[in-house]
Amino acid sequence: MSDGILVLCEHDGGVFKKTAHELLGKATELSAAVGGPVIALVIGHDGGAELGGYGAQKVLTVSGEAFSTTNTGPRARAIRAAIERVRPGVLLAAAGPQTREALPRVAAAMGLGMATEVTDLRADGGQVVGRRPVYSGKALADVRISSATAIFTVRPNSFPVTDGGSDSAAVEALSVALTDGDLAAKVVSVEAAQSTVVDLTEADRIVSGGRSVKSKDGFDNLIRPLAASIGATPGASRAAVDAGYTTHSTQVGQTGKVVNPSLYIACGISGAIQHLAGMRTSRVIVAINTDPEAPIFQHATYGIVGDMFEVGPKLAAAFEKALS
Amino acid sequence: MKVGVCLKQVPASDARITISDPSKGIDTSEVKWEINPYDEFALEEALRLKDAKIAKSVTVFSVGAKASEAKIREALARGASGAVRIDTAGLEGADSLVLARVLAAAAQKHGIDLLLCGKQAVDTDNGQVPPMMAEILGWPQVLVISKLEISGTAVRAWRTAGGGASEVVETTLPAVISADKGLNEPRYAKLKGIMMAKRKKIPVETAAGLGVSDTAGSVTLSNWSPPPQRPAGRMIDGDVDTQVSELVRLLRDEAKVL
Repeated sequence: MSDGILVLCEHDGGVFKKTAHELLGKATELSAAVGGPVIALVIGHDGGAELGGYGAQKVLTVSGEAFSTTNTGPRARAIRAAIERVRPGVLLAAAGPQTREALPRVAAAMGLGMATEVTDLRADGGQVVGRRPVYSGKALADVRISSATAIFTVRPNSFPVTDGGSDSAAVEALSVALTDGDLAAKVVSVEAAQSTVVDLTEADRIVSGGRSVKSKDGFDNLIRPLAASIGATPGASRAAVDAGYTTHSTQVGQTGKVVNPSLYIACGISGAIQHLAGMRTSRVIVAINTDPEAPIFQHATYGIVGDMFEVGPKLAAAFEKALS
Repeated sequence: MKVGVCLKQVPASDARITISDPSKGIDTSEVKWEINPYDEFALEEALRLKDAKIAKSVTVFSVGAKASEAKIREALARGASGAVRIDTAGLEGADSLVLARVLAAAAQKHGIDLLLCGKQAVDTDNGQVPPMMAEILGWPQVLVISKLEISGTAVRAWRTAGGGASEVVETTLPAVISADKGLNEPRYAKLKGIMMAKRKKIPVETAAGLGVSDTAGSVTLSNWSPPPQRPAGRMIDGDVDTQVSELVRLLRDEAKVL
């Protein structure tokens, strides 16, 4: 009998990410309806008692050198061991580079069903049901999983963080043996990004530029400073990326990243369906465009018809003043 | 080395998606189809390996109904050596894991050493099939890559990590690799290739013929809807200074996002 919810809690050097708190809060809410304990799984760190404050009743840790890297094999093996130990009805994890590599391997090895990047979860008749965007966000569907453990990855910023209490959870170390195959692919080096900003997919604020930034200089001198003024991550439309104004890692939309921030500021972006697919779930959308007929205004919370080369610098100055 | 490329046809990226029956999914009657954009990068990378004589052959594997052969022929026209279509009969309840079992079995049957895939298909947006195939085959994987180097059986691949960083991953063949945008610039088919592709036979396999008996998936989609309409927004008028100060006020006091 499988029950309870296992939550994979990601961290940076022992500091838990916001997604860990989000997922534990949601798991606590769901467990009231579907039953069973909420157990946190921590890989590559031997602590986590403080996760008790966010709803974890127990913390399982898998630590050691092999588990402190971003290699996929050991991570998948650790998750398998935790599922075998706990036999949860549901496994929740944040959607991201780590989980997209490891979790499908876990699902295939154990014959489990998996749903990627759900944006909502609810309990229905004792079962956890996900809601997820499909067709690049042009449609939404419920996803139900009938296997012994249902695996869901959740898009960051999907749930509010319920305030951490001071409860402390018991920590149990799980010992996991690796096979040669688990170490068959290894990260040998990292080519760091030029910037230190939060990744687009996890960003809470984004400022994006379109083709009308006109040049790489336009992107660097208009979009980046405006983003910096509110601690936002810079993004771009496909047109701006294809024109070479910025790199593909900044592209928002169908063949780029799907983002879910609280605030999305679109500068000189017309709002093609491919772009909307990547950002339509943003909580507040601001559009700045010279063309009052641009489709982006149909989706904007606030719209300014104007030239972003004029509006942008003034807005950056006003943001800096407002936040100082 | 024999390279396999997994290919799926999906609604064109500028297609409007409509739902006529919320229990069934999208209405495909007026959809224009195209090769999944990420699969295009996988195919191009495979063709480059063949051009460089690193790959002996490039075989396309695609699960689809007869009508999807037009897209498979596009891949042949660009230079793929051959293709296998796996018919959807018997795969009506398939989820990603079932599709991965079928595709992995086909790759194994054809002696593939390197499976190249798109990072995800832009219809279901799961991104599960490539790593699931790798697990089923007992192979390593490198997903969402922007650069690939192969020398003998040694593989070096640059995979996309968070924040625009790349992780350089080393592994050995056989392996599964999935492509991100930016890996390459896909070629167009030449007239000669298009003519040759028309005459090529596309053998058809079935799940049963490939020895895959467990074709009931455990993941089902239901209750389809278009994305919720956003409430009408507010246009901010006035001169630039007024617009800017009003926007900041609204973001701070009304939307509370500052």
